[in-house]
Amino acid sequence: MRSRVLPALAVVAGAAALAACGSSSSSSSNSTGSTTAASCAVDQLALVHKGQLTVGTDQPAYPPWFVDNAPSNGKGYESAVAYAIAKQMGFTPAQLKWVKVTFNVAISPAVKNFDFDVNQVSISDKRRKAVDFSSGYYDVRQAVISYKGSKLDGVHTLAGVAAAHLGAQVGTTSYQAIVDQIKPKSAPAVFDSNDLAVQALKNHAIDGIVVDVPTAFYMVAAQVDHGIIVGQLPKAGGQQEQFGAVLDKGSKLTPCVTKAVDALRANGTLDRLQTRWLSSQGAPELK
Amino acid sequence: MTIRRADAGATPAAAGGWQPSQIERERRAYRRSRSLRSAVIASLSTLLVVTVAGVLITHSAGWPRVSQTFFDWHKAQESFPSVLRGLWLNIRILLFCSVAITVLGLTLAVMRTLRGPVFFPLRLFAAAYTDLFRGLPLLLVIFLLGFGVPALRLQGLPQDMVIWGGLAIVLSYSAYVAEVFRAGIESVHPSQRAAARSLGLNHAQTMRFVVLPQAVRRVLPPLLNDFVSLQKDSGLIAVLGVVDAIRAAQISTDIDFNFTPYVVAGFLFVCLTIPTTRITDHLARKHGWYGAGPGGGRI
Repeated sequence: MRSRVLPALAVVAGAAALAACGSSSSSSSNSTGSTTAASCAVDQLALVHKGQLTVGTDQPAYPPWFVDNAPSNGKGYESAVAYAIAKQMGFTPAQLKWVKVTFNVAISPAVKNFDFDVNQVSISDKRRKAVDFSSGYYDVRQAVISYKGSKLDGVHTLAGVAAAHLGAQVGTTSYQAIVDQIKPKSAPAVFDSNDLAVQALKNHAIDGIVVDVPTAFYMVAAQVDHGIIVGQLPKAGGQQEQFGAVLDKGSKLTPCVTKAVDALRANGTLDRLQTRWLSSQGAPELK
Repeated sequence: MTIRRADAGATPAAAGGWQPSQIERERRAYRRSRSLRSAVIASLSTLLVVTVAGVLITHSAGWPRVSQTFFDWHKAQESFPSVLRGLWLNIRILLFCSVAITVLGLTLAVMRTLRGPVFFPLRLFAAAYTDLFRGLPLLLVIFLLGFGVPALRLQGLPQDMVIWGGLAIVLSYSAYVAEVFRAGIESVHPSQRAAARSLGLNHAQTMRFVVLPQAVRRVLPPLLNDFVSLQKDSGLIAVLGVVDAIRAAQISTDIDFNFTPYVVAGFLFVCLTIPTTRITDHLARKHGWYGAGPGGGRI
């Protein structure tokens, strides 16, 4: 839900970074420099708390990324990915501790109380100036949802979507997708959370919400009465947007987390977890 | 003034005027030297404090990152137009709401100060209203009106979130302002009322010509406080989906995790506040609203 980001990457640098991130090779694709593999041994990691991996996410933690607002139950895609990363790095599940980290804390320059943060944060080169990202653990697409009988019911084109009053969560790639890709006729409504956007949609104060595809499926299934998926947006400028773990700028841990994510991608764990926790099939593409 | 002229006069005899005694001149010289000394000490200590604070902050380990995150000139320029557009919404809400709040607040205050048993329901209503809306968090009122009322699906209600948000602000703030007005009204000495009534003015006339002018004059500084506070609280309606200055800053911040746009918004809010305060102070002094208190609202 918080695919907060800006896809407006510098084209060349962005393409290069994405080519690296998108590959399923096991090599580190992080731009912050590399360290030797030996330093990724558990006892040599620069951890916030010795002997445990501290992972942050915001509260409430939303489905399908987390289940029952309890990151520690291992259910939901991001929770499962965090435990998989921990295992890959050599931690036991008991050594993984969750802390509540709001989005603003995760991105601020203040001292971090987590080793890495998973909160549906999209990777971009502009954001890399402020924080470190692991390589991407999920390839994101954006979708438009609405309700039966709305202005958007039966619309199949971007031009049709542009005529509606749309909403999104503040600072998300979804919001940027509205501004950059859909270019709506009326200014989009911006909400603090997807919950508020859903409430506005229920009140018919807006015609549709733009969110990432898995969240879109969750919303129409569980939150919006008579919800429909209008369609998914084409890739922005042909670039693949990805969610990545957020680390403190210059963290020594970044190459190690990236290495773990790359390994999970290569051995098919990420695909398996996506199949288990995320439904993203069957959303028609808007032309 | 007269003293200076006497000082400047060529000779006492020629000026034909009074000249301060030797002792008085010594006193004046002493006072001048003391005030000069105070000014020098104040300047030095200010300089010292600012320097020490400045050095401590700029030499801290995290300063390069803080300065880059909060005081990035390019980011400031980039975000300025959108933050300014957001501020325009704050200003519009401020203008419309402040008028409505003043009217409603004053009405409530007058209702609450009505005398006579027949007005009990009005007094009760005013008291209950102020108790309720001062107690309720503004954010809840905004949610209730902005998300709750439209959910009723009644026909003919406005769909524009700005209207609902503005209404919530008016409801909440008028409760505070009513109490400020009431404090002003009750601070007017009963003898004023008695004198007015004995001159043959009825209750309404007494309020209009005797009590309220004095009351409003006295509570002007706290009213201005509420006005300045409203400038910033007007942004709370951003939770309903509209974009004010702070929300515009947030949108810009989330693009690259640089917090400079918030500083830009803060700067604009201060620019909005300072003239308001100075203009009101100026008017107040000009009209003698502040009475004979020392300083009269000067810094």
